[in-house]
Amino acid sequence: MKQTARIISTYAADVSGVCSALYELGGMTVMHDASGCNSTYNTHDEPRWYDMDSMVYISALSEMEAVMGDDEKLVGDIVSVAKELNPKFIAVAGTPIPMVIGTDFAAVASMIEKRSGIPTMGFSTNGMHSYLSGASMAFAGLARRFCLGETEKTEALGANILGLTPLDFSVNGSAQDIKALLEQNGIEVVSSWAMGSSLEQLERAGAAHVNLVVSYAGLETAKLLKERFGTPYVAGVPVGREFSSLVVQRLYSAARTEENAVAYPKKARGHFDGVIIGESVMAHSLAAAALLEQGKNLRVLCPLEAEKELLGADSLHVHDETDIAECLAGERLIVADPLYKPICPKDAVFVPLAHEAFSGRIFRRDIPDLIGRGLNSLF
Amino acid sequence: MKNLRAGAVLDSTQATIAEAAFPVPFAQGLEYGTPARGTWNIVHTGMLIPQAHQIFVCAAGCLRGVVLTAAEMGLEERFSTVEIRENNLLDGDMEELIIEGVSDILQRLPQMPPAVLIYTSCIHHFLACDLDRVYDILRQRFPHVGFAQCYMNPIMRKSGLTPDQLMRHGLYSLLEPCPLNEKSVSILGNDLPTDESSELYQILSEEGFTIRDITRCRDYAEYQQMAQSALALTYNPAAIPAGEFVQQHLGAKHLYLPLSYDFDAIAAGYDALCDTLGIARRDFSKQRERADAALRHARHLIGDTPVEIDYTLTFKPLGLARLLLSYGFRVTTMYADAFLGEERQDFEALRETAPDLLLRPTIHAGMRFASREREQKVLALGQKAAYFAGTPHFVNVVECGGMFGFDGICRLAKLMEEAFCEEKDTKALIQIKGLGCGCCS
Repeated sequence: MKQTARIISTYAADVSGVCSALYELGGMTVMHDASGCNSTYNTHDEPRWYDMDSMVYISALSEMEAVMGDDEKLVGDIVSVAKELNPKFIAVAGTPIPMVIGTDFAAVASMIEKRSGIPTMGFSTNGMHSYLSGASMAFAGLARRFCLGETEKTEALGANILGLTPLDFSVNGSAQDIKALLEQNGIEVVSSWAMGSSLEQLERAGAAHVNLVVSYAGLETAKLLKERFGTPYVAGVPVGREFSSLVVQRLYSAARTEENAVAYPKKARGHFDGVIIGESVMAHSLAAAALLEQGKNLRVLCPLEAEKELLGADSLHVHDETDIAECLAGERLIVADPLYKPICPKDAVFVPLAHEAFSGRIFRRDIPDLIGRGLNSLF
Repeated sequence: MKNLRAGAVLDSTQATIAEAAFPVPFAQGLEYGTPARGTWNIVHTGMLIPQAHQIFVCAAGCLRGVVLTAAEMGLEERFSTVEIRENNLLDGDMEELIIEGVSDILQRLPQMPPAVLIYTSCIHHFLACDLDRVYDILRQRFPHVGFAQCYMNPIMRKSGLTPDQLMRHGLYSLLEPCPLNEKSVSILGNDLPTDESSELYQILSEEGFTIRDITRCRDYAEYQQMAQSALALTYNPAAIPAGEFVQQHLGAKHLYLPLSYDFDAIAAGYDALCDTLGIARRDFSKQRERADAALRHARHLIGDTPVEIDYTLTFKPLGLARLLLSYGFRVTTMYADAFLGEERQDFEALRETAPDLLLRPTIHAGMRFASREREQKVLALGQKAAYFAGTPHFVNVVECGGMFGFDGICRLAKLMEEAFCEEKDTKALIQIKGLGCGCCS
């Protein structure tokens, strides 16, 4: 039956995606929730929680406030704390019950902004979509709100990195290495959305000649920046030695042609050696790298939100446990988070590749940094 | 932060106990969550029923924390989920989703479990889901499975029974009535086993009673034997509704034996226990002396080192603070967001005897930026106190850790000495969920 999982995990939800995307930017993010979202987020979805302070809170919505539709309590509490802590912006994100009672987050944001004088964004998340959806909303919200003015382009080739959160890239140095790889190849990183950059750096995103979309979460923002500044984008994660070079080449060519591109092949590839499960841009990039370096032809199975332009012609786009198990039947090689192993065929070779958005902190120390590096540690 | 009038609800991150209101000292608003995660959640507690299977029916965002709790316990095979999606809210098929989802999962399990704990969520409450009908149908479909009605509905935490109380109630709801055994006593409602060295255990075992505790049950049959107990003891305040349920449902007598740090109250509790069991009262003067000596020894070693306590260490943090202050420990700070009604006497006493005792919240938004540095060595009792004090010297215990009575005080004094002398890896230890449940992350 659809919607049931006998044994596998659940991906981080949209509300966590909002918090993760905005975490380092000096804003205050409030999950409009009774309780639970906070501990889920700060335990399983946020590896920076212990060492990096950030204003992420829950509203502690009560039954009575929900029944009475008491948005005034939410607005008042947020304004009160914001006046004490003076964040650069405020974000309010929803969870299931606010959806059930029809909370108007745009209106709530408007009220908060009017009273506090602090730029405020409302996100109608509801805990029923993945982190990619929430992070995508948050990044796009930032772009709409803060990337407004005309900005002079950088002298050297400038790029923004879009869609970067620990949920896909953990805290193993991958975020820093993407930046370093681009810089080593003569590309100036204008901003990184949103690990290792400030809000002020994000505001300068229009100065870039090209954008690198490293996850589905960055795609909407890339489209917005294309519309606003004419900046083309390239989708791909620079993993592996050969594929990472290809990504850099694609950035240069996209900047030249001003055409958007996807760095990995999307055409049908016929016979496959196995399956790789993961987020669309990362999984396709790894599959491309594996083909280039190892001669392994992996089919991508994406259980998360993805757009057609990011998926290969042969890629599988399924979500439910029974559907995924059906797709995996008969496979000989499976690359996936260890929490998928119980539904994999017993005789398949299982290559564990932990994904923070799926297994949280459990295998964090085993997540490899594959940026610009060979895939030997994986296969 | 603002200056505060005496007895006010505080819009601040600190105040002396003399200034604070009871039972909720601080203003409630946006909430912060510390990285101290040792207290148990409803998954940890539910897993105490041996061989039982848990099925959560919620939105994906709510499933995330519980599914990973089970995974961190290494118990994924005893845990499943039914995901609520937007169409279910619009279609009004919530009952069908639970019935068919649970049925599908049970049919796919390698072995039918003897019991299933179904956790429904806030959404079911708000949509007035007919849970009685859901459980009726499931019991008809699976007559050999016991279904426990459990909840993950944090929106109700300020209305009626709390989710914690409901969980402890649900834990014993599967016990089937049977003839009572006068020589069998159950201890209900704790996540951690009570120390066998406690006077409680000694009294019961020396008088020939069989002591049953869910934390020590090895299989479902042993769990069911708890229904035989003629006496159900509770000392966790959150377990009182479970004790009352057992009294009503199984016919056992429920005795609430409050955890206390007051020597006279401890002895009075044991007297009440003996009277209830119809056995002779005992003399606890030697145990009193041992507890007294243990505290004096610890005080001598720890000296004037500041002591900070948080509410996760024990069900009675104010009582503990009062005891330690009476022995000359320099208890400076207490972390708590609210107190139990039964702690009022200790609160009032501390206002008189230690008016400068500092109260601090743990969930107040401002605590995110509270200084975690101290000018001198601090001994923390509890994980949250350790985190906020930024100290490697802490007693790593949650929910009393099985310590009870005079023996519990002796053991706590010993743990305080050890914590004072040895450093711990605070960051690593306090982030482990469900201390004592076997979680490895």
